[in-house]
Amino acid sequence: MKLSDKTKVLEQGEMTLAERMYLPAIVGGMAITLKHFFSKPVTIRYPEQKRYLGPIYRGHHILKKDEEGAERCTACGLCAVACPAEAISMVAEERKPGEEKLYREEKYAKVYEINMLRCIFCGLCEEACPKQAIYLRHDQMVPVFSSRDEVIYGKDKLVEKMDQRYLREGWK
Amino acid sequence: MEGVYDLFIAKSIFVGIVFAITLGVAAYSTYFERKIAAFMQDRIGPDRAGPFGILQPLADAVKMFMKEDFIPAKSNKWLFILGPCISMFTALMTSAVVPFGDTITLGGVTFDLQGIDVNIGILWVFGIVSLGVYGILIGGWASNNKFALLGAIRAASQNISYELAMGLSIIAILMFTGSLSTKAIVEAQQAGHWNILYQPIGFVVFLICAFAECNRTPFDLPECETELIGGYHTEYSSMKLGFYLFAEYINMFISGAVMATLYFGGYDYPGVDFITAQFGATAATLLGAGALIGKALAFVFVFMWVRWTLPRFRYDQLMGLGWTGLIPISIFNVVVTGFGILIDQPILTGIAGVLLLFAGLVVYDQLLVKKKIA
Repeated sequence: MKLSDKTKVLEQGEMTLAERMYLPAIVGGMAITLKHFFSKPVTIRYPEQKRYLGPIYRGHHILKKDEEGAERCTACGLCAVACPAEAISMVAEERKPGEEKLYREEKYAKVYEINMLRCIFCGLCEEACPKQAIYLRHDQMVPVFSSRDEVIYGKDKLVEKMDQRYLREGWK
Repeated sequence: MEGVYDLFIAKSIFVGIVFAITLGVAAYSTYFERKIAAFMQDRIGPDRAGPFGILQPLADAVKMFMKEDFIPAKSNKWLFILGPCISMFTALMTSAVVPFGDTITLGGVTFDLQGIDVNIGILWVFGIVSLGVYGILIGGWASNNKFALLGAIRAASQNISYELAMGLSIIAILMFTGSLSTKAIVEAQQAGHWNILYQPIGFVVFLICAFAECNRTPFDLPECETELIGGYHTEYSSMKLGFYLFAEYINMFISGAVMATLYFGGYDYPGVDFITAQFGATAATLLGAGALIGKALAFVFVFMWVRWTLPRFRYDQLMGLGWTGLIPISIFNVVVTGFGILIDQPILTGIAGVLLLFAGLVVYDQLLVKKKIA
């Protein structure tokens, strides 16, 4: 049954003389390869040269601090709940008087760990966070690890350093 | 007696140099093969070993030697070892008759820049090249592996088929020169009378056959990876595999040199007389040797260029092209050449031959090939 007029019956006829001689097609093909021979290679020499991966690349996790240098995370646990790989775990702690400079809210994460073997870099933690505390940074990747001791990243590796703050494109 | 001794020493040194050049070119062909492939695919290619990866052949050689040299338990051990040896041996022997230059006088000894000037020079090339298939055949059979055997059978039948057309295309040149000696063939082409001008059809046939004889793409059926794993060298490892691959590159370089000798004037280059007048005969001869090597390397580039352009022929296409395409064309070429010699107008007849061939093909196509009516 013919559904539309757009169908086209393809019939491969006998090859023409030029096609059967191969030579014109060979010469054409060789011209194409010669053109590429003199064109610029597209290679990026990876370890030395790195490509910009875009402003929404999901790389290394970072726990942001606010402008005064107080941690934003309140250990609400929404990121851990949102995480499909169950990579995040944390221990909450109440803020003591005198620690207002260190922690923004009354509650903070004493321990905040991400298992990088489980993490799938989906970015759902970033979406779930109500305090804009956790981000996956676009400019840095989690480095390769060679032993299981290295895979659990604690606060020492995750919390933002005030001297090298993370700024994403589009933020002020 | 003293002169003979000096000549022997001079020839030995020359043969050693040719040997070294051949092996060096073959080693660096592997590097340039990869580089050319990379450039044609918009990549960079090997660039880690040394500046621009120039030490890559060294690294490859070390790798080849360090790998386990494995001989399959059910193989025929001695033939298994003999196979790559024959391949390498025959590949290196062919260069003996290639004339690298004219007569040269160095240190009071006058000698030809040629391993041996035998009067059957071109037959020597053919004989040795035909022996070369034994290396592949023995290696493939001794592996006791069906894929290796299939590759070896393919190599044998392919080489036999294409040697016919190759020989027929040579005959036209022999009709010009009247000699089988490579030296005589080159000398007949001096001062720009290169055979390519007289023998365009013969050259194309010879070039295609050379591809087939070297087992290069598009005729690399003996080792076609997609069908036969590795073909005849499936079971080979370490430097025995290295010898097979090396022999292929040597064959490429030598067949380039042979093509330059037969069709592109050998060591002839524009301005021989000028160089001779200005810098002396020795410089002119050495430059001629350089010209021949340059021509051979240009052919090596063409080999690689074709390899990274064309896909592989199907086996029946390969046989069809050889038996029903190239052999009739080369016989036609012989007839045209004979006519040209008869009326003493070789260049005109060469051009007329090409035109006649095209006209004949078109007429044949119009009259005899059934067209499907759409």
